[in-house]
Amino acid sequence: MIELQCPIPISDYPVVTLAHGGGGRLSQLLIERMFVPAFANAVLETLHDGAVLELNGARLAFSTDSFTVSPLFFPGGDIGSLAVYGTVNDLAMCGARPLALAVGFILEEGLPMEELWRVIVSMQRAAVAVGVPIVTGDTKVVERGKGDGIFINTTGVGVVLPGVHIAPQRAVPGDRVLINGSIAEHGIAIMAQREGLAFETELVSDSAPLLDLVLRVLEVGGEHVHVLRDPTRGGVASALNEIAAKACVGIRLDEERIPVTEAVRGACEILGFDPLYVANEGKCIAIVAPEVADHVLETMRAHPQGAHAACIGEVVPDHPGKVFMRSRIGGLRVVDMLSGEQLPRIC
Amino acid sequence: MRFLDEYRREADAQKFVRAIEQLVTRPWTIMEICGGQTHNLIKFGIDRLLPQAVTLVHGPGCPVCVTPLELIDKAICIAQQPGVIFTSFGDMLRVPGSNSDLLSARARGADVRMVYSPLDALTLAQKNPDREVVFFAVGFETTAPGNAMAVWQARELGLRNFSILCAHVLVPPAIRAILASPDNHIQAFLAAGHVCTVMGTREYEPIAAQYRIPIVVTGFEPLDLLQGLYMALRALEEGRWGVEIQYTRSVTRQGNQAAQQLMYQVFEVCDRQWRGIGLIPASGYRLRATWAEFDAERRFNLVDVRAQESPLCIAGQILQGLKKPPHCPAFGTECTPEHPLGAPMVSSEGACAAYYQYGQHA
Repeated sequence: MIELQCPIPISDYPVVTLAHGGGGRLSQLLIERMFVPAFANAVLETLHDGAVLELNGARLAFSTDSFTVSPLFFPGGDIGSLAVYGTVNDLAMCGARPLALAVGFILEEGLPMEELWRVIVSMQRAAVAVGVPIVTGDTKVVERGKGDGIFINTTGVGVVLPGVHIAPQRAVPGDRVLINGSIAEHGIAIMAQREGLAFETELVSDSAPLLDLVLRVLEVGGEHVHVLRDPTRGGVASALNEIAAKACVGIRLDEERIPVTEAVRGACEILGFDPLYVANEGKCIAIVAPEVADHVLETMRAHPQGAHAACIGEVVPDHPGKVFMRSRIGGLRVVDMLSGEQLPRIC
Repeated sequence: MRFLDEYRREADAQKFVRAIEQLVTRPWTIMEICGGQTHNLIKFGIDRLLPQAVTLVHGPGCPVCVTPLELIDKAICIAQQPGVIFTSFGDMLRVPGSNSDLLSARARGADVRMVYSPLDALTLAQKNPDREVVFFAVGFETTAPGNAMAVWQARELGLRNFSILCAHVLVPPAIRAILASPDNHIQAFLAAGHVCTVMGTREYEPIAAQYRIPIVVTGFEPLDLLQGLYMALRALEEGRWGVEIQYTRSVTRQGNQAAQQLMYQVFEVCDRQWRGIGLIPASGYRLRATWAEFDAERRFNLVDVRAQESPLCIAGQILQGLKKPPHCPAFGTECTPEHPLGAPMVSSEGACAAYYQYGQHA
């Protein structure tokens, strides 16, 4: 029997705030203090992008994600394709080939039917593009004002490829940290669109399917691919902090080598945001053994989703559980986990 | 990227670091005024590149940190009133008041919105004529012209549902307060480049002369900061005092006179409570009587707001440069960015947040 007493002191947060969903430390707090102890089991405690279940010798990957993006349509994507890619990407990060998706819609009364249809068409195209059928679903409608147009949940199952063992605990000193391209594009594109910020260059979300890229990475890297992670909410910094903590290793980044487009860098500078904490929807961090790092990087670069792939750092034995970064001017600093939402600065 | 990369070149940074190493013959203590400078010093690891003889002390130039608790409580009180849209820069939303913060007020149902400019708040007032739109006008001389412009435009547009909760503070009186303290150990200042872009540098000249100290008006990029430090250290080593401008690409002695005129038209100097520091005479702006109709404190009934600081927080000593964040017994334990006891742990310009985020607790 679990004790039915709230483990997060009421005095700290009597109500849920947006920061609890930001993918940073407060999200982690909810998971660690409420969900994991309440639902306690060994599979959940791995805290990976999805669960891996054994079934008659086969390994099934199982993952779910909910999508609440506003606006529903944004440069580079929409909530429909995002919902398909998001869960397919989570399965890919388990080293799995997806079998099927389930989709749950929560629709707000008054949503134009034409918008819903556009979202459905987009989901259909995305599902065909990644070759994963949507096999079951559910629809609920809530009163006007109690939703934000459309909320979508997608759940997927897949089969983990033979010989592949992806887990954050597998990161070991000496491993290289690779990423398939420029970071922070999704979060900044959404923010610019939602807040009506006009920049000279259009900011486009990186929302994209990563399955094919991951399959190729696993083909050339095999068991030497130790960790895969898509750095969505909370960005690259939060994902790497989670991995460093789980594996009890340090991670050392090199700011100079982290790809960020000029447009995103400019927007981040103006808003006072750190791109390391901004969400991505088409990026994959691969932590691989040094002997395959160059080959995996070449493979990424040859793929349409990885033209700007880079090696951004390495796993080190020092400062276990922490991520450090060498700044552009040669100084050193900690890259901590995001504590709440990033908020634009005053001046 | 232009205007950025040229101020972040490692080879140039190393040249300044070596020049500083060769220059310094004894210990010196320098305060950077602005929280933006504090963050970049630590974010780029500049503090760790400097010789040990140079001690950097972090100043009170974080508008979020020094906005008095009482005004945050008033902001929350106004935000919770029916019919109000309360608007603020993002930074202010997480700052703890006596019992709550604006984000929590929003979670409990208040209509609190983040804006990027006071003019966005003005647009909201135009679009919502049946609602009262209040803007939280915080900041130093940097944000004052924009806020003055919002009030000025509100009158031009004949808006009757727009007001500001005014919490403006001024840099020179704070420098004087620090220098006049019997505990003062600051030997030179890096003044804030953006504040002086608006105000010019003339008001710093009598301070430098009276206290015989160097004041170098400095920018925010790594090379700006290193050059500003080099200039301050050279003046100290040579026994010189006075005002110098490092941030010449933005700052002139006269400043932005159009902006100054608008500010003087709308605001007048007043005494101001600084959070953690106390009352500093003639250290803030309030709306002039002729603009009182736009003063949220007059528009809303706020008599019962009384503020209570956390007894553990030593923000006042940190903002005056008397202590550094790790000296606080609550730093990183009772006080973290998720559970801030004081404002310096919250803001993107707060010294405690900079130390916490970029690793001085590691």
